[in-house]
Amino acid sequence: MTLTSQDAAPRRGLFSLRPGVFPVLTAGLVLTMLYAISAGRFEVPFGRILEILWARAQDLSGSPETMEARIVELVRLPRVLLAALSGAALAVGGAALQGVFRNPLVSPQVLGISQGGAFGGALAILLGFHGVVLLGMSFGFGLLALILVGLLARIDGRTEVLTVILAGMVVGAFFAALVSVLQFLADPNTSLPAIVYWLMGSFATATWPRLGLAVPGMAFGLILVWALRYRLNLLALDEAEARSLGVNPDRERWFIFGAVALMTGTSVAVAGVIGWIGLVVPHAARLIVGEDHRRLIPASALLGAAYLVVIDTLARTLTAAEIPLGVLTALIGAPVFAVLLRQHFSRAGAP
Amino acid sequence: MIGLTDASLSFGALRLFEGLTLGVPQGRTTAILGPNGRGKTTLLRAMLGFQALDRGHRHAPAIIGYVPQHGASQAKLSGLEVVIMGRAARLGLFGQPGPEDVTAAHGALAQVGAENLAELRYDRMSGGQRQMILIARALATGSRVLVLDEPTSALDLGNQSRTLSLIASLGRIRDRAILFSTHDPNHALAVADYVVLMMPGGAVLQGPVDRMITPGLMAELYGVPMQWVRPADPSGRSAMLPAFTGKEAA
Repeated sequence: MTLTSQDAAPRRGLFSLRPGVFPVLTAGLVLTMLYAISAGRFEVPFGRILEILWARAQDLSGSPETMEARIVELVRLPRVLLAALSGAALAVGGAALQGVFRNPLVSPQVLGISQGGAFGGALAILLGFHGVVLLGMSFGFGLLALILVGLLARIDGRTEVLTVILAGMVVGAFFAALVSVLQFLADPNTSLPAIVYWLMGSFATATWPRLGLAVPGMAFGLILVWALRYRLNLLALDEAEARSLGVNPDRERWFIFGAVALMTGTSVAVAGVIGWIGLVVPHAARLIVGEDHRRLIPASALLGAAYLVVIDTLARTLTAAEIPLGVLTALIGAPVFAVLLRQHFSRAGAP
Repeated sequence: MIGLTDASLSFGALRLFEGLTLGVPQGRTTAILGPNGRGKTTLLRAMLGFQALDRGHRHAPAIIGYVPQHGASQAKLSGLEVVIMGRAARLGLFGQPGPEDVTAAHGALAQVGAENLAELRYDRMSGGQRQMILIARALATGSRVLVLDEPTSALDLGNQSRTLSLIASLGRIRDRAILFSTHDPNHALAVADYVVLMMPGGAVLQGPVDRMITPGLMAELYGVPMQWVRPADPSGRSAMLPAFTGKEAA
C-alpha cells in the first residue's frame, strides 16, 4: 500500500512529503459535511446547499425564508459543525494522550476523563445549572479524574502504562458510580430524564448558541495541542532522555492534560459521553501519516471530524428514531481496542 | 566542564559515594569504571542532574549532549528526525525545528559518519546504527560536554571498536569534555585520559589512566585476579584481562 508510512521513513526531515494526504483529508471532510447537511428525512441537494450558504455569506443579517434554507441553516449546519468540532477535539485529545503516555491504548474515556466530565455535568443538571456552568463543571471534574489517575498510577516516581490503564478504569468506574448516585437522587419527573438523555450522547439539540458555547474550549484545546505538536514527539521519549534534551516532562505534560480535559469536558457538556473516538481515529491516522505528531495531530483532527460527522449522520438516518452516538462509536471502537490490545501485548514480549 | 563538589548519595544502607569531588574539564576524556550494579549509571545521572544529591553541589552547562544506554527505543521516526531532537533545548515550548536545525543535524550525522542512516527508520536499525544516531543527536545539541552511559555494552566487537574510535576522535576536537561509563578497563585504556573507579563499599578513586589501571586496583575493583597481557609486537596495545587459568593450565 502506498498510503502507509510504516515501511519507509519520511523522505525529508521536516515535511516528510507525501503531498496528497492533507488535501485529500480536507476534501474528504468537506464532502462528508456537505453530504451530512444534505442527508436526512428532508433531503437537500448539494447544489441547493451551496446556493443557500452562498446567499447567507452575501447577507449575514436576515433570517432564512424557505423550508430548505431553515433546515440547512438552523438545524443541520450547526449540528454538523458541532459534530465535526467535537470529533476533531476527541480525536486530537486521544492522540495527545497516547503520545504523552507512549501508548496507543489510552484515550479520554479509558483514562476516566469522560466519566469525570459526565459526573460534573450531571451534578450541574441536578443543581439546576446549564450553559457555561455545566461546561465548567464538566471540564473541572474531567481534569480532576485525570489528576487522580496521574496520582494513582505514579508509583515510586514511575508511571507504568498498565498501571495508568488500570487506574483509569478505577477512576472511571468511581465516577460512573457517582453518576448513578446522582440519578438515584434526581427528581424522576424533571432532572432524571434530562440527565439520562444528555448522558446518552447526541447532537440532536445542536443550535448556534450551543455551538458558540463549545467553540472557545475546543478551539483553545486544539490550538494548544497543535502548538505543542513537536513537544509531543519529545514527550514520547523516555523521561530521563526527554529531560536531557531540555524538556521538562512533568511540567509540559500538564499543558497537554489541561488541553485534553478542556476538549473532553466541553464535548461531554454539549453532546454527552461519546466514547472511543480518541482511540480509533488516532490509530487510523497513524496508519496514514506515521508517528510524527506534527502530522499525526492535524491528520487526527481532520479524520476525527469526518468520522463523527459520519457517525452522527448514521445515527439520525439509519432508523426513524435517533440512535445514541455512544452506542455506534462503541460498536466500532470496542473491536478496534481489542485488536490494538492484542497487538500491543504480543509485541511487548519481543525485544 | 561538568562535575560534582563534595557530593554524597546513598539509597538506604547502600552508599554510592560520599564527599565525592569529580570534575571533567574541557579537553579531557574521563571513564567511569566499575562492575555492573555499582552505581555507574546513578553517578552519571547525578552529574546530569536527573538524580538529586543527598549533599553537595553539581556544576554543568545548561545543555549537555547525553547518550542514554537505550534511547528513543520506540521512536518510529527517521534517523534524521531522532538527531533533530538534539536541537530541542534550543527551541521554545511552542517551537518547531527549522532549516538551521536540519542543517545542524546533517552536520552531526556527518561527524559520526552516518549520513547514510538519515532516511532509515530508527526502530528498524541495528544496535550499532542506533548508537551512531544517538551520538549524532548528542552532538547536534552543540554542547561541548558529552556524557555517554555504557556506550559499548550492548554492541558487538566491531561496533564497540567503531564507537570507541569515534569517542576518541570526538575528544580530540573542539576541546570537548567527554564522560562515559564502562565495565571494561580496556575501553577506558583505549580512549580515556582520566579514570574514576567505583570501588566496593562506596569508595571512589580517581586519577590519570596509567595510574588507575593497574593489576592491583583492577583486582580490587572486580574481585578477581587481573594481569596485563602484552603483545609480542611492541607497537600493539596491551590489554588488562582476568588472570584466570583457562584451558592452558590443563
